[in-house]
Amino acid sequence: MKKYFLGAVAAAALFAPQAMAQDTIKLGILVALEGAFAAGGADGVRNVELAISQAGGMAGGKKIEFVVAPSDTTPDTAVRQARKLIEQDGVDIIIGPLSGSEGIALRDYAKTIPEKTVINGVSGALETTWVDPAPNFFRFNPDGAQWGYGLGSYVVNEKGWKRVATVAADYSFGYTNFLGFAVDFCKAGGDIVERFWVPLGSSDFGGVIAALPDDVDAIYLGVGGTDAINFLNQYEQAGTETNLIGGTIMADQTVLTSKGRAKDALIGTPTSGWLAEDNDSPEWTSYVKAYQDAFPESERFPSPSLFGVGYYIATTAAIAALNEIGGDLSGGQAKLHAALSSLEHKTPLGVISLNENRQATGTIMINEVVEDGQGGLRNALVGKAEGVTQTLGMSAEDFRAMGLPSRDTPDCAALRG
Amino acid sequence: MQRFASRHPIWTLVIAIVVAALLWLVFAPWPDGLEDAIGRKRIFLNAVFGGITLGALYFLVAAGFTLIFGLMRNVNLAHGSLYLLGGYVGFEISDSTGSWLLAFPVVFVLVAALGLLMQNQVFRRMEGEDLRQTLVTIGISVVLADLMLWIWGGQSYTILSPEWLSGPTTLPVISSIKSDGEIVYLRYPAVRIAILVAAIVMGVAMWLVLNRTRLGMLIRAGVDDREMLAASGVRIQYVFLAVFGFGAGLAGMGGIVGGTFQSLSPGEDTRFLLASLVVVIVGGMGSIPGAAIGALVIGLSEQLGLVYAPTYSVVFTFLIMALVLAFRPQGLLGDRR
Repeated sequence: MKKYFLGAVAAAALFAPQAMAQDTIKLGILVALEGAFAAGGADGVRNVELAISQAGGMAGGKKIEFVVAPSDTTPDTAVRQARKLIEQDGVDIIIGPLSGSEGIALRDYAKTIPEKTVINGVSGALETTWVDPAPNFFRFNPDGAQWGYGLGSYVVNEKGWKRVATVAADYSFGYTNFLGFAVDFCKAGGDIVERFWVPLGSSDFGGVIAALPDDVDAIYLGVGGTDAINFLNQYEQAGTETNLIGGTIMADQTVLTSKGRAKDALIGTPTSGWLAEDNDSPEWTSYVKAYQDAFPESERFPSPSLFGVGYYIATTAAIAALNEIGGDLSGGQAKLHAALSSLEHKTPLGVISLNENRQATGTIMINEVVEDGQGGLRNALVGKAEGVTQTLGMSAEDFRAMGLPSRDTPDCAALRG
Repeated sequence: MQRFASRHPIWTLVIAIVVAALLWLVFAPWPDGLEDAIGRKRIFLNAVFGGITLGALYFLVAAGFTLIFGLMRNVNLAHGSLYLLGGYVGFEISDSTGSWLLAFPVVFVLVAALGLLMQNQVFRRMEGEDLRQTLVTIGISVVLADLMLWIWGGQSYTILSPEWLSGPTTLPVISSIKSDGEIVYLRYPAVRIAILVAAIVMGVAMWLVLNRTRLGMLIRAGVDDREMLAASGVRIQYVFLAVFGFGAGLAGMGGIVGGTFQSLSPGEDTRFLLASLVVVIVGGMGSIPGAAIGALVIGLSEQLGLVYAPTYSVVFTFLIMALVLAFRPQGLLGDRR
């Protein structure tokens, strides 16, 4: 008898969160709030709040609640926090994570919770949706390789820079973002002379700066956040003056709004990414205005950061799909999964749809850092690459044959052909 | 020195050979064979100098940490917060007055005052309770970190070095010899050289104070036997205050230095706390020369690792710490108690 009683209590405890979830929908926001991307992560949380308040706090006729789970950009923390969201907070949908290695860890974790949904925040590792993707993991942002695409041919054709050395962060996003740049750059006839990989969170780059070769047209920098600021600071102090090419997170708002002169080394640097701050499409301008109106100037960036936009689009995707199915999460959220897969998501960056791997196809913007005339810096749109697919315009076989992003992939000479 | 040499002739020989080899690597032009094997000399020199200047910064921060521990047995886990606070205040001062040098005395006084306040109002009330003090310092560091996040926000700050220290300077060290016989000297960021010189001056001054003055005598006596010193009529609380204030002020000045050649942002406090802990564990708790050697070893291993073995560079620091703990648990220059 006692056994049955215990069983009943256990069952009640297990089902309690689901019972509560009937009139509310609980979102778990998994976001890095410590480490190199802390400022960007905080912008992600702001944008989630913005998206929910724009929807009136409701999705599919149900009230939205959300829980923020802070991570520190390491995969083990991300999984631990995701597990906490699912098991303790009883969330229905996880939105996140922010950084590449976390994304891969979450893909694997997602397979263990097939009745829940994970919508990627802004992490950009290619493998997350390319290698053995999880059926309940959706990514509405282009991956890191897509973000880098288009920049290579721009610097070769417009700037005439054909020999570069590269310094990039030694982790999956660093490899992936570099791959997108390199594929395009090498195909356009460029040559990569030397590659340096620096650990994430390095603060002193003096030795690497000294090791950069002199006889190159430009240096590609694939670091971000405080690492980028440290690098630029030390680069200026060493008195080195070569053209710079920036990876996607090199000239993000987190770097452009930093205090001090270090960022001035970036003036004239072309970068590529998902955003263009001076994009004049009405969807984008009205979104930026909503962002600026929603938060006091001291508590936000001048315009939303890449991280912020990623979390905004992920949250609005969840809300749009929930509206479509009337908030019906029964049957292991099967309806939600189907709705997300076929969603033609109208975002501030145009309509985004997912491919068979639940990975977005999108437009990539080429920007150049310029002075804004008020003592600050901003990105000016100088070009676009439309409809960049997960395979960077190659066939899936060719793309697979090239190998996964790593320190030595892609092989530049082979691509130049 | 002589005693060490006569007691450990083999170790003395090993150390002498390593030092001689390093000096030769730094000053002599490299033969071609060596350049083929481990790359250009310029890269090696920059890594070594980078390691030494990084060590100088670590020394500034860890010296106060190790003094406070040696005298008061208080592991001050809020030391990193003092570093970061000093950096932020230094940024505000140098930004509003335009004077980088002025920031140092002002920050030293302000952060030292905070240190005095912490010692006098908090730690004095729980004297001798090591665990409680340690836990309280963790609490203080969390509170300070949130206060700083509130005031200065999440973005990164870099402190602009003054005009006369910006850009590189030429050192009288041969970097390479061109094929036409022209000698190329090493160019290195001027601000880093200034920091290195300042750290050496600080280190020597601290050594002199500790070994040649009455206050130093009291501090050394306190490190050896606190109770006996108090029993002999010394107002030990004043000695504690002086040391805590000085150590805190030093960490604050370290913040300006760190903000000048790296950057300041939330999280730097724990990074530097961890670095100080490693430095002090390697060098030996409570020893100033130990902190200097520990800082140098950690700085060099980080920089040489980053250039020659980037994959494993993160591991080296902790590998060194583990080796020291395994074979010389009191630290390289620590006393066995």
